[in-house]
Amino acid sequence: MNDFQELYQEIVMDHNRRPRNFGELENPTSFANGFNPLCGDEINVYLELVDDQIVDISFNGDGCAISKSSASMLTDGVKGKNVSDAIQIFESFRQMLTRKPGEDFSSEILGDLEILSGVSQFPARIKCATLAWHTFHTALTEKDKSVSTE
Amino acid sequence: MININKIRNDFPILSKKINGHQLVYLDNAATTHKPRSVINSLVDFYENYNSNVHRGVHTLSMEATDQFEEARQKISSFINSETPQSIIWTRNASESLNIISYSWGYKNISEGDEILLSPMEHHSNLIPWQELARAKGAKIKYLSLNEDGTLDLSNIDELMTSNTKLVSIVHVSNALGTINPVKQLCDKAHEVGALFVLDGAQSVPHMLVDVQELDCDFFVFSGHKMMGPTGIGVLYGKMEILEKMDPVFTGGEMVLEVTYEKASWADIPMKFEAGTPNIADSIALGAAVDYLQNIGMGNIHDYEKTITSYGLQKFQELESEGVTLFGPKSSDLKGAVFSFHIPNIHPHDLGTILDGLGIAVRTGHHCAMPLIRSLGVSATARASFYVYNTLDEVDMLIEGIKSAIRYFSDGSN
Repeated sequence: MNDFQELYQEIVMDHNRRPRNFGELENPTSFANGFNPLCGDEINVYLELVDDQIVDISFNGDGCAISKSSASMLTDGVKGKNVSDAIQIFESFRQMLTRKPGEDFSSEILGDLEILSGVSQFPARIKCATLAWHTFHTALTEKDKSVSTE
Repeated sequence: MININKIRNDFPILSKKINGHQLVYLDNAATTHKPRSVINSLVDFYENYNSNVHRGVHTLSMEATDQFEEARQKISSFINSETPQSIIWTRNASESLNIISYSWGYKNISEGDEILLSPMEHHSNLIPWQELARAKGAKIKYLSLNEDGTLDLSNIDELMTSNTKLVSIVHVSNALGTINPVKQLCDKAHEVGALFVLDGAQSVPHMLVDVQELDCDFFVFSGHKMMGPTGIGVLYGKMEILEKMDPVFTGGEMVLEVTYEKASWADIPMKFEAGTPNIADSIALGAAVDYLQNIGMGNIHDYEKTITSYGLQKFQELESEGVTLFGPKSSDLKGAVFSFHIPNIHPHDLGTILDGLGIAVRTGHHCAMPLIRSLGVSATARASFYVYNTLDEVDMLIEGIKSAIRYFSDGSN
């Protein structure tokens, strides 16, 4: 298996080809826009929060396979969760990607998202994978804001 | 004729393995590799005659000064400037352009004046003029672009008028490879009384440039894109223009006489070279010029033209896969730069996949954001060749692209 095949595993490619929860929500309660000036990737995350629960989530925008599949898996991973659980997933995901070589990470709450752990070995691509997550975090905590990876 | 094996052997880094594959380095528009003679020149300076230049009476300082000024002489001959004095050392083309803007521009550009640029300028030949125009209330105008990425000069008389005070154009586009008709533009600029600045960062490494024949008023380039070290660049200016310009940086090295109240400036070029210059890298750039001239700029240009023609032909094979190649489709109009887009594969994914095969390409906007946006894409992948690249490497690139397309369509490779 080539290095790039480790990065572009079938689940990643599947989410890239058929992104889940892609598009705009009809009645979002919160929204954020994320931009990576390095590559021009842009993403919008739409949330429907009822009380403390993420009832619905979607995204749209333009990006590479890593950023698109990461966004798609994010929406799958946090839909239905309450805010504090979602933030925990965000923290674990970020720790998984920014860990030092050889360092362990806790995967129990990540589920399918663990498939993206290989991205940590491609430093130039970490921001691709985290763009949607930072945008999601902004939508969750600040509402209607823009976020840049720089 | 080019002896490609001999040339490749002169570049230690080319034998490197990347991800288990032989390096195929196709990012030469970003920076080029250095031959052993350039690397050795740096070592030789620091091991054998490291010293500060000018005013030193000791042996090492005199040797360093001689070598430093000899390098200036080499650059002068290389681009055929009137005198070595017209060669000013800078960090890179960006700094050279900023010096023109801050020194000549702030003094000579006024409200209502026009600056004419092309739509394919690198940010370095765009932002200094935007800043100048904003400060002075001047206006920036842009030439039009044809579909094939060449300049459309049909409306040149409307764009270049007596209001035009400065025309600044890239010689060869880093993003499209387009070779611009700069002699024609330069003559036209002079007809309307404008100065002509030529950005040679992507031309002087690949073809013979004669600043006197072109008659450009300024010519700028970076050393690291022509086998020299990073951190050294050149600003050429016509002497009569440089003489009327004030220094942007002041301090040591650039003065004639200093009192507690004021100072007078040294002669050109030192007037523009405040502080201890980048001695080692200037000398190493001289070694790079020696290396290039030894091969012959005509030979380099002819050889790269063969690569361009072959690449254009091979990219045609990819048309059926939906691959779009931007820029001119003739090796007469374009250097060996291939900027392209593949449907459903983001350039960054392609860049990572090619890197897995040892192939280095650049992906993104190539410091020409407005141009890339006008192409209707957010980014492109760019493969740029130099004299040490081979036709086999064109094939490897094409095969790499095909395997990426296969992988992204059905997951197999």
